[in-house]
Amino acid sequence: MKYVDEFRDGTLARGLAAAIRAEADPARRYAFMEFCGGHTHAISRYGVTDLLPPNVRMIHGPGCPVCVLPIGRIDLAIRLAFERGVTVLTYGDCLRVPASDGLSMLKAKARGADIRMVYSAADALALAQREPGREVVFFAIGFETTTPPTALVLQQARALGLANFSVLCNHVLTPSAIQTILESPEVRQFGTVPLDGFIGPAHVSTIIGSRPYEFFAEEYRKPVVIAGFEPLDVMQAIRMLIRQVNEGRAEVENEFTRAVNRDGNLKAQALVSEVFELRRSFEWRGLGQVPYSALRIRAPFAAWDAEVKFGLDYRSVPDHKACECGAILRGVKRPSDCRLFATVCTPENPMGSCMVSSEGACAAHYNYGRFRDHAPDNGRSTPPATIRLAS
Amino acid sequence: MKPDYVRPLDLRQGRIDLNHGAGGRAMTQLIEELFARALANDYLGQGDDGAVLPAPAPGERLVLATDAHVVSPLFFPGGDIGALAVHGTINDVAVMGARPLYLTASFILEEGFPLADLARIVHSMAAAAHAAGVPVVTGDTKVVEQGKGDGVFISTTGLGALPAGRKLGGALARPGDAVLVSGSLGEHGMAILAQRESLAFESAIVSDSAALHGLIDALLAAVPGVRVLRDPTRGGLATTLNEIARQSGVGMQLDEAAIPVSAQVAAACELLGLDPLYLANEGKLVAICAPEDAEAALAALRAHPLGRAAARIGEVTADPQHFVQLRTTFGGQRLLDWLSGEPLPRIC
Ligand code: SF4
Repeated sequence: MKYVDEFRDGTLARGLAAAIRAEADPARRYAFMEFCGGHTHAISRYGVTDLLPPNVRMIHGPGCPVCVLPIGRIDLAIRLAFERGVTVLTYGDCLRVPASDGLSMLKAKARGADIRMVYSAADALALAQREPGREVVFFAIGFETTTPPTALVLQQARALGLANFSVLCNHVLTPSAIQTILESPEVRQFGTVPLDGFIGPAHVSTIIGSRPYEFFAEEYRKPVVIAGFEPLDVMQAIRMLIRQVNEGRAEVENEFTRAVNRDGNLKAQALVSEVFELRRSFEWRGLGQVPYSALRIRAPFAAWDAEVKFGLDYRSVPDHKACECGAILRGVKRPSDCRLFATVCTPENPMGSCMVSSEGACAAHYNYGRFRDHAPDNGRSTPPATIRLAS
Repeated sequence: MKPDYVRPLDLRQGRIDLNHGAGGRAMTQLIEELFARALANDYLGQGDDGAVLPAPAPGERLVLATDAHVVSPLFFPGGDIGALAVHGTINDVAVMGARPLYLTASFILEEGFPLADLARIVHSMAAAAHAAGVPVVTGDTKVVEQGKGDGVFISTTGLGALPAGRKLGGALARPGDAVLVSGSLGEHGMAILAQRESLAFESAIVSDSAALHGLIDALLAAVPGVRVLRDPTRGGLATTLNEIARQSGVGMQLDEAAIPVSAQVAAACELLGLDPLYLANEGKLVAICAPEDAEAALAALRAHPLGRAAARIGEVTADPQHFVQLRTTFGGQRLLDWLSGEPLPRIC
């Protein structure tokens, strides 16, 4: 496109690609996980894998907020709308995540549930203020990045004494998810997922800083490079990871110094900890129950906690039997390994959550990379978008 | 004749009520004082149920296209639903290679809708039809109860004449053909999005809403053998090219660096996590022609005020999967797939 952008420069990219090829040792294999959906999107959207040598592979991690949302949590929102007549507000992509009974929030909406899309938590609060007669629930999702705005509306709702507003909190935490992957038998015991390092999330790290990753680097001997979402950031991070592996180092490095420091945004952290506390356990799609991996609303804000206010009880619901989202989120399989991929499961009619947002591994591969599955074998081994592994 | 005791329509303070659609005096008054006056032409002036039109020249064929317009907001930078309803339908006729001749318009109005807004829309429609030289020759009005409409819906139908021997169509693209666009993409879609209140997003982006038949005339005069023309409206360039690829049973290979997108649209897309290639256009043209005609076609487009930023963006390929692929600015390769669902801003 005709605009100059220093982070999109094709010439720079080719230069970086040459540097990566020069530094990657042809005798070894490199497998890196980009945890965050923003990186998965950037890699697919810009065709970054085409620029990497075949022995450098990227594995998509579970860092897409809608992909890790379990069915049971969406069911809660749908039940609230149908059974309690509340207006549920949420971010766009949530609307298409498959729920129980062949429903999604979008399909429930078509059947008369009052479910609407908003662009921000503040919009949800504004609706509750504008229409005091309406019971409004904000269905909050996301990692550390989207948590502070949710904390803020909870504070505001309390300050205003807003009786018709509450939040159904589904905020999850990045470090616990990374730890779960590192502790998974595929990585630890069986070695079926070779993992030589991580690209650390961009926006999340602007909030929590780089310090939380130091533990992984030391404890698990895995290098972590925090990177921005621009494709050049991603490539630079890959180069830094290759260097660490070559030199036998396992440190936290920061490619995204223009936005991330070691401690993160202390003000935002203070705000979050005033409003939220750790949940003992939370179900993730694909990872199951993960201890201390999510947030819940603290007692002083209970009046604005939809789970308390409506006495919601969580029921876990298994994914579609043939859906491989779980294995994909852990890096064990790739999208085309799923029998449902591009046949039963498409972005128009997602069966699993990875097919919903373009940050999900299945949707990213479907929207941007599917042609590779059909490419005639030209003898040259193009690296697959993700790794094929035995399950 | 209107009896003297009927007070004229209050175009400043008045609102649509159910009487305006009931078929009685109020409806006649609305039609006479607003629609017929603004859109004035001989056919409409007859006040009959339909328009009697001259037959096309021998050998010519008729092209008919229809389009329903539901936009929110009704007024946006660079246009409104009225002008859009005229441009959109003229373009649908024109991309078939036909000369647009006549339009019809049907209005579905919501009870309570301000007459001042309606007047603004109808006058804008009249101005657009006048500028394009395509009159609205017959129409219809209905009123629905409050809450059952979105202010105004407008359906327009266009009739055009296709010169003898001219052959254009979405199924005619062949491997090797050049793919051209007439200008920068995504402006209409972004102008609309930026207007939506909840985005709280300031921008100077203006819709590209325009009638394309003049541009198309110039193009076809220079290159009569153009194979496919289409206006990439809803779903944007990506969706339009996927449609053509499927109709023609081919694939496409595009070069992202060659696709014109204004810096403003690019920046707004960046902010919202949207892709300009999926945003609607209302005054842009996609043309596919033989590679040897590409230079002449580009020159003809660029010589017209609506095609100054025309560009050659890629070529048609032989591909049994009908994939539209994009060489990214980055040097990687990716699919440019159909739009799935509404284009939504990213969460993270
Ligand atoms: S293709 Fe669909 S069902 Fe299969 S793993 Fe991906 S999201 Fe799940």
